Amino acid sequence: MTDQQRDKTTNPEGAEGVGAAQERTERTRSRRVHAPATDIYETDQGLILLVDLPGVVPDAINVTLEQNVLTIRAHTEDRPPPGYSLVHQEYLPGDFERAFTLSDEIDAERIEARMTDGVLRLFLPKVGPAATRRIQVRSA
Amino acid sequence: MARGNLFGMGPGTFEEMQRLQDEINRLFSSSSTGVRQAQSGGFPAVNAYAGEHGVVLTAELPGVRADDLDISAFRDTVTMRGTRRPPEDAKGYHRRERRQGDFIRTITLPFAVDPNRVEAQMVNGVLYVTLQRPPEDQPRRIKVAAG
Repeated sequence: MTDQQRDKTTNPEGAEGVGAAQERTERTRSRRVHAPATDIYETDQGLILLVDLPGVVPDAINVTLEQNVLTIRAHTEDRPPPGYSLVHQEYLPGDFERAFTLSDEIDAERIEARMTDGVLRLFLPKVGPAATRRIQVRSA
Repeated sequence: MARGNLFGMGPGTFEEMQRLQDEINRLFSSSSTGVRQAQSGGFPAVNAYAGEHGVVLTAELPGVRADDLDISAFRDTVTMRGTRRPPEDAKGYHRRERRQGDFIRTITLPFAVDPNRVEAQMVNGVLYVTLQRPPEDQPRRIKVAAG
């Protein structure tokens, strides 16, 4: 993991003031909020994030990118099956929230998100080699 | 522990509640990294809902394909077996928190289930297993006659 990919959830007092403040102030629901388990790996084209969001429908996911901070928020509807009541609980359903600070080499315009079987897959393409531009120096 | 009686009805009720409390405490204390971990009783963690005619078990299994999942029931025992495949295009990991590979979990219920009426469904990465008690095994309502 590079410094740029430092995860703010393990670093709540980190230097990313804007994102952190946002996280603290946007909590409007009184539900439990989990940081979802995430894999981050490299491919030839860029970075892939796999985020476990069980019980989340694609419409209930909100992915934002602001000033290199990628924030994933999702909420679940916890409905017991009709006619049944909870008798044993090993996991606590709740909403999900997690933020990552991205490095500069990510092409924010081409980020792709896909949801399959409760897993969010984010593709973060790397920016291609910057085209060198010649600057003409004109004489006055 | 994975084979513990789920509802703890009968003589073991207090021990069962204590165990549940311990597990919940552990669940909370494990959140120091902010990542919740299913440590209770094995993987996957299971919630159970009881109804008049049976029970619904739910388990969070994001990324597990229905084809890679095998549910079986025998008398009072339910077994969930499956695998979560690792991504094929991964070159190098920066972070690897999601559990991968095979898992098996066996759960003992406080009653026998009808093996012919087990329904399993995956909805957005959550497994729902509906189990029915056999008709002859269901609690009978006893009418109290006024004397």
